[in-house]
Amino acid sequence: MTAIDSGAALPKQRADFIPAFLPIVLALAVLPFVGSPSTWITLTVAGLSMGMMIFIMASGLTLVFGLMDVLNFGHGAFIAVGAYMAALVLAPLLGWTQADSLWSALAALLPAAIVAMAVSAALSIVFERLLIRPVYGQHLKQILVTMGGLIVAEQLLYALFGPQLIALPLPTALRGSIVFADAAVERYRLLAVVVGLIIFVSLILILTRTKIGLLIRAGVENREMVEVLGYRIKRLFIGVFMAGSALAGLGGVMWALYREQVHASVAQELTVLMFIVIIIGGLGSVTGCFIGAILVALVANYAGFLVPKLALVSDILLMVLVLLWRPRGLFPVTSR
Amino acid sequence: MMILSGDTPRSRILSAVLLGVFLALAFAPFLFPGSKPLNVAAKICIFALLVASYDLLLGFTGIVSFAHTMFFGIGAYGVALALFNYGPGWSMIALGIIIALPVTALLALAIGLFSLRVQAIFFSMVTLAVASAFAVLASQLSWLTGGEDGRSFQVPPVLRPGNRLFDGEIFGVAFNGRVVSYYLVFIICVLLFLLLLRIVNSPFGRVLQAIRENPFRAEALGYRIVVHRTLANVIAALIAAAAGALNAIWLHYTGPETSLSFSIMLDILVMVVIGGMGTMYGAVIGAALYILAQNYLQALMGSVSNATASAGVPLVPGLFHPDRWLLWLGILFILSVRFFPSGIVGRLRQGATKA
Repeated sequence: MTAIDSGAALPKQRADFIPAFLPIVLALAVLPFVGSPSTWITLTVAGLSMGMMIFIMASGLTLVFGLMDVLNFGHGAFIAVGAYMAALVLAPLLGWTQADSLWSALAALLPAAIVAMAVSAALSIVFERLLIRPVYGQHLKQILVTMGGLIVAEQLLYALFGPQLIALPLPTALRGSIVFADAAVERYRLLAVVVGLIIFVSLILILTRTKIGLLIRAGVENREMVEVLGYRIKRLFIGVFMAGSALAGLGGVMWALYREQVHASVAQELTVLMFIVIIIGGLGSVTGCFIGAILVALVANYAGFLVPKLALVSDILLMVLVLLWRPRGLFPVTSR
Repeated sequence: MMILSGDTPRSRILSAVLLGVFLALAFAPFLFPGSKPLNVAAKICIFALLVASYDLLLGFTGIVSFAHTMFFGIGAYGVALALFNYGPGWSMIALGIIIALPVTALLALAIGLFSLRVQAIFFSMVTLAVASAFAVLASQLSWLTGGEDGRSFQVPPVLRPGNRLFDGEIFGVAFNGRVVSYYLVFIICVLLFLLLLRIVNSPFGRVLQAIRENPFRAEALGYRIVVHRTLANVIAALIAAAAGALNAIWLHYTGPETSLSFSIMLDILVMVVIGGMGTMYGAVIGAALYILAQNYLQALMGSVSNATASAGVPLVPGLFHPDRWLLWLGILFILSVRFFPSGIVGRLRQGATKA
């Protein structure tokens, strides 16, 4: 028997890079089928930007599930709230959004995003207190109650803002495309990709480089152990829940601008998409959620161009394929 | 009580209410003449069966499926498309059912084997995703399904309103094709409901309840959880498809709104929770109460909305607009899951054992 060397570093976890290559492989694999490289670039950027937006919305959902075993079927409500807040804030700022300057457009979008995130975070406290805490630890009731919460929130939005579609024109400076190697790339999509990357990198940095992040990751792996060490994981949970809902609100703003319309039905529409994404990524994994979102969006865009009929079910097919390969998703982090 | 599989209502009030509902439904064409009451009665029968089959999943097996309307829709579309494409006839109804049931069984089996082996919460998410994709498919493949408009079709001559089974009247009501259709729906629903009662009181049903209470322990006793849950899913789906077929025959029409929409899924959830999960009888009570309320309370909401609007009260008209029916339903649903999880049947039984 060898003596245990207490000074030795912990064995490093082997990094798993295979899923990270999936989107790249996929993008390169469809290139011959698409034919022209410029169309391919347009499609790929469109897919990337859509994926970033879905990632922003879904990241909170997957973290909350990983940390507290709470699957919030009402997460989509915060997306809708964010979208309506954007419409509210941007309406009086019409002068700024109509101007040609990029800076004034961003100056209008920034308060919209901040208000949307703040309102979503504030409402999430109410949501958590009224709906999630009472049924904590009971999966069946949790699913039912949060689903009920989604319906009620959606209906309340209809009652407050009216059931009609609200048009939300994109700021003038963000309209149009940049031509790049013969490929037209819409400006707003580039912005979405940048924002998505910033959020992903900062989330990863927070999770891997800060004490809070360490606690969150530890809580995802083993909640009881963190509690035994004396940390109040409930508070941590509320914080993560608020942050996740705020991100959903931000995602709602971006989605509404992307579609140039606001309607509460996005809540249900996107809930399904978010579920597919976090299942593909592995419940609880932020990196998985990121890759899953990009995969889903790329597949949707390529399928929509190559075989439009298939696009209706492409995300389900993708989910089936991924789960056949890795039954717990790309990055299984939770033991549950 | 052989016919009830030994599972009696176990409460005097509940027995009386159930008997009342049964008798009212059994003699509905004579007690409540007219086409609207008969429609309500048929809808109660169909939904009682649909909700009971859902209760097998939610109440007895303890898994939440959001794909129940999908199976309901497969049954409805199976019959509708067969009758629409090949003309009215009993053999076409049979053809529709013969196609719809295996499709249902295979799909339910695939979803179950695929998602139930990881954990129950996966199942809820996967069913939600699959059901919404199916609803999109049904509305997009309009060459087959008629898209958003759905398909209207002819039923066999015996079931048509113009048909008289015999001359003369019973209790002043002509015994026409509508009444024949109603009894077809009613009798099949009663038989399938008794079958469900039989299933949940069989050894198989006991295992399902054991899995619901403690999956770990049930597995330790040697029961394969995945197999039992998947089987329950298949049985529930088959019965939902049968209910869908009956719905199509009754309405002479199948479209996304009447058979696939998410609001039907929500209706089912509300009915099963209000009636009482895991009781089977709750399905009957829940469906009867809910459909009566839907048909008569929604009108009341409209009048509240109009009255407050003309009185100039802000916000209230919007909240009580008949289109906001789902809002109140959602609130009622959350409150009943939170404070009233055993539903009406559970409450009545509790009262009975105390007394």
